Amino acid sequence: MTRPSLNAIFGVTLIGLLLAVAIAGSFWTPFDPLGINFPARLGAPGPLHWLGTDEFGRDVLSRLMKGAATSVRICVLTVCFALVAGTIVGIFTGFVRGWSDRIIMAFVNALLAFPGILLALALLTVVGANEYGIVLALGFAYTPSVARVVRGTVLSLREKEYIEAARVMGNSELFIMARHILPNCIASLIVLGTSMFGWVLLAESALSFLGLGVPPPAPTWGNMLASGRPYMVQAVWLGLFPGLCIALTLLGINLLGDVLRDKFDPRMRGL
Amino acid sequence: MLRFAFNRILMALPTLLIVAVSVFILIRLIPGDPATLMLGDQATPANLADLRARLGLDRSLPTQFLLWAGHVLRGDFGQSITSGQAVLPLIFERFWVSAKIVLSAAFLASLVAVPAGMIAAWRQNSWVDLVLVGGATLLLSIPAFWMGLLLLLFFGLKLGWLPVVGYVSFSDDVVKALLYMVLPVLTLFLHEIGVILRMSRASTLEVLRLDFITHARAKGLSEMAVLWRHAFKPAFGPTWTLLGLVLGNLLGGIAVVETVFTIPGLGRLLVDSIFARDYPVIQGCLMFIAFIYVLVNLIVDLCYPLFDPRVTAE
Amino acid sequence: MSMNSTPLLEVDRLTLQVGRTGAIVVNDVSLSLAPGEVLGVVGESGSGKTLLARAVIGLEPPAIRRAAGTIRFEGHDIATMPPKALRALRGNRIGMVFQEPMTSLNPSLTIGRQLEEGLILHRDGDAPARKAAIREMLRRIGIQDPEAALAAYPHQFSGGMRQRIMLASVMLLKPALLIADEPTTALDAVVQREVLELMLELTRDHGTAVLMISHDLSMVARYSDRVAVMCRGDLVEQNTTAELLRRPQQPYTQKLLNAMPHRTPARTLPMDETPIVAVRGLTVDYAGHGGLMQRQAPKRALHGIDIEVRPREVVAVVGGSGSGKTTLGRAIVGLVKPSGGEILFAGRPIARSDEGWRHYRLNCQMVFQDPYASLDPRMTIGQLVGEALRQVPGLGPADKVRRIAEGLEEVGLERKYIDRYPHELSGGQRQRVAIARAVVRRPSFVIADEPVSALDVTVRAQVLALFVELQQRHGFSCLFISHDLGVVEQVADRVVVMRDGRIIEQGDRDTVFDHPREAYTRTLLSAIPALEPESGGGVRLKWRFENDARTSGRG
Repeated sequence: MTRPSLNAIFGVTLIGLLLAVAIAGSFWTPFDPLGINFPARLGAPGPLHWLGTDEFGRDVLSRLMKGAATSVRICVLTVCFALVAGTIVGIFTGFVRGWSDRIIMAFVNALLAFPGILLALALLTVVGANEYGIVLALGFAYTPSVARVVRGTVLSLREKEYIEAARVMGNSELFIMARHILPNCIASLIVLGTSMFGWVLLAESALSFLGLGVPPPAPTWGNMLASGRPYMVQAVWLGLFPGLCIALTLLGINLLGDVLRDKFDPRMRGL
Repeated sequence: MLRFAFNRILMALPTLLIVAVSVFILIRLIPGDPATLMLGDQATPANLADLRARLGLDRSLPTQFLLWAGHVLRGDFGQSITSGQAVLPLIFERFWVSAKIVLSAAFLASLVAVPAGMIAAWRQNSWVDLVLVGGATLLLSIPAFWMGLLLLLFFGLKLGWLPVVGYVSFSDDVVKALLYMVLPVLTLFLHEIGVILRMSRASTLEVLRLDFITHARAKGLSEMAVLWRHAFKPAFGPTWTLLGLVLGNLLGGIAVVETVFTIPGLGRLLVDSIFARDYPVIQGCLMFIAFIYVLVNLIVDLCYPLFDPRVTAE
Repeated sequence: MSMNSTPLLEVDRLTLQVGRTGAIVVNDVSLSLAPGEVLGVVGESGSGKTLLARAVIGLEPPAIRRAAGTIRFEGHDIATMPPKALRALRGNRIGMVFQEPMTSLNPSLTIGRQLEEGLILHRDGDAPARKAAIREMLRRIGIQDPEAALAAYPHQFSGGMRQRIMLASVMLLKPALLIADEPTTALDAVVQREVLELMLELTRDHGTAVLMISHDLSMVARYSDRVAVMCRGDLVEQNTTAELLRRPQQPYTQKLLNAMPHRTPARTLPMDETPIVAVRGLTVDYAGHGGLMQRQAPKRALHGIDIEVRPREVVAVVGGSGSGKTTLGRAIVGLVKPSGGEILFAGRPIARSDEGWRHYRLNCQMVFQDPYASLDPRMTIGQLVGEALRQVPGLGPADKVRRIAEGLEEVGLERKYIDRYPHELSGGQRQRVAIARAVVRRPSFVIADEPVSALDVTVRAQVLALFVELQQRHGFSCLFISHDLGVVEQVADRVVVMRDGRIIEQGDRDTVFDHPREAYTRTLLSAIPALEPESGGGVRLKWRFENDARTSGRG
């Protein structure tokens, strides 16, 4: 039992750190993250600029903090969007069945035939590359996965004896859905939501890295990596710190996800 | 078995149809008029009307879709707005570049990660397991583009062992082509190891719990024989399915790695076309990747009975 | 069987514990087994019987540690044996048969390959000789076409057949000791008996000793020379089978014997009232699996069933798996839609649009088989029982709490359980909650689908007694669905025997049990003993219809 709890502690610490930095970053940063200061450009980490400065002399730490705030905001909104939309679709199709279920599921399966990030790319061309565009595009891209998981859970729950017992007691289907089905979906939703937070963060940074995400000069970890790339030889820190932030966050999410999965939903292990 | 295959192939058809409709609608949703974009600033109303007629943009949406679908079925994805090249040959050319990298990375990664995952499961909770799972989780957490940048920085720039960016085709120079492929393949390889190892471990754990494994041990088989002869096939099934998804995701997400190493692959083509608003190419790329994804998963499903004969019984 | 011959297996003061917590799971157990002898080890879950069996072949789970004692097989200590020598014993000298036929054969390998494996490993012969031996063995266990079976996969066989194949795989090597861990628990009573008899026939032929692990005392008693009783890691008593039954020495053994179902005196019920439930010509079809292009023909589960249950009456429906007994219960309670026939509840039809619907819904309740699956894991016991009262008109919150507490008290659960969750309760307690939930609304009719078959023997007896008591106190009618005729003999007023979706025999309990008309009924009855009390406080088991049972059973 020592191993999972160690993982949990590490994961929770990393995620806690991220959230703290993100919250701090939305109110206060050591320097103005957008403040250009050419004399100080490409400065190495030192006592003044702890993590150095970039090609415009902007403070990397401040930009990372601001970027964390942006990323967390995008991730939370996206995950909520996908969870709510996916749960509605999933519960509906899982419970109603019949033709409407078949048609909706055909669409969901077809959407799942796109790799998530590709669907997001395609949608971004429609909604435009900005913070809310990304939320919409990624949220929509991940809704089918949620719908499929929820529908699967609902279908397996429907066959459970305690659902039949509730039916025998004379409860309406709506009551059963609210009182028995939904609460029992929560576990898989928590597990899924955690992993999805990681997927979204990864997708968001990848899109920003490609120049299709949040447009500069607003900092995100992804576009910081992209803009620092040409200077990586002279200024290693420009390529190091934003990537490290992404990797540590993902590590925290993965560790936490494993712990939650083992706790709540052993069936989803290895997803 | 034949019926299983037939059914499975039939099931893929509606998916492709819906994909086609979605791609078509998506492109129509993009704000802005393709004709204006293609002609640029010098457009006269007469020119515009002419081009619209030629592209079929003046007809109703369903007609446009049918026209487009008809062309797609005949392998005609139109011409690129920016370069004027035919889209399909362009896609094929770029796809081949990406496919080489993706396939080698996935193949090498499964070669390493599947057995490693089985060993981790077999020695669950030992230090071997701890190291393997820890390493896998770490690798999984490093985004491919950052991994690429780090490798590039270390092997290419600091050590100078490998070419940094660019691409050489095999027909030009085999050795050079291989050298240029090393870093991109290594990047994806390291990333996929994490995913596959964890899956392989999880499904092996599931199988090792079953009675038939204890039965195999009770027969007096050695641990090697138990793992290889009895646990491998049933445990590989889920990993095999995952491989299909991994391939698709690699193809969808390869744009970032191609950007890092400046490789002219399919992902880069798509991203560049998005920047250039080159709709026929965007449309073509999306259709093509979705088609490949469906095809890969179809092949994966058709091979599944090799690992679990029960699926054909239905 | 001679008790003086050198023991084949000798377990001496064996203690096993969980490595991490130090909890003792097998405590100071000694027993020995002579060549060719059949020793039954009986115990409830948590008795340590399975771990003992696994330890004999050196396959206890990695978490289990041997704290003391020795296990000697043919004079050599299993625990100190090098792995290679141990592997040379496994399969070769010691064989093992597992409980779950669905998971104990590898689904991805052909039967032929799995059978051949042991021969390749432990015997010299060439491939044709091996094939011949396997074909011979397959024929012996009753497989018509051995050649085809060799190339087939396990999923192509029924559970009973798979268990026979499992037996074949083990007995091919003619081991000196066969460990059978609940070998037939997952099978139908009829199939169970056939497989067991095959097992004993094969072991007798090869002089193989058997260590038979089971929770079922009567089954073990029927086939063993000696019986050892285990409880919470201790071996409480062992003796020759007849002696143990006749004069049980330990209280726990007596408790086990008392827990065996026994016949209660027949009741007389007024037969002239309108039936609570009347089913006429009921048919149920299950839709076939639909592919995209073709749709399988629906499968008919019930073929025109007629049945009536009168007030206060307990009607038992018995039959093997696939007989349609569960479908019948589910159709009456409204979980399965009938495709034909009618169901009248208190004389009125029960469709949702009918005026009788509400009365039916409130008065027709069900107790499910698996107490682990039938209680919503996210609700407290109080909420679970309270949910049943939701539809009762004019019940205030205070009344509700009082009714819940009363309901729980009735099933022997204290007030403190109200706020607990199902996972904090034992299986028996959960089933009590399920019963409380079904009867708290005072229904006039309860369907009990295998209500005690998931429970341990002694718990089963208690829960069954509780159920009978509640039935008599509140006077609800009951459709009692069970595969276990022993339980049925204890509770039923009337018995209905089903097979393949049809009723093949029905009548009052004593008539059906003592003078069955149908051969199938006799086969079912031959699987359970009748108990005759003995002067020593024990019992003697009497087996019914032993002779004509074998001819009519199916595989």
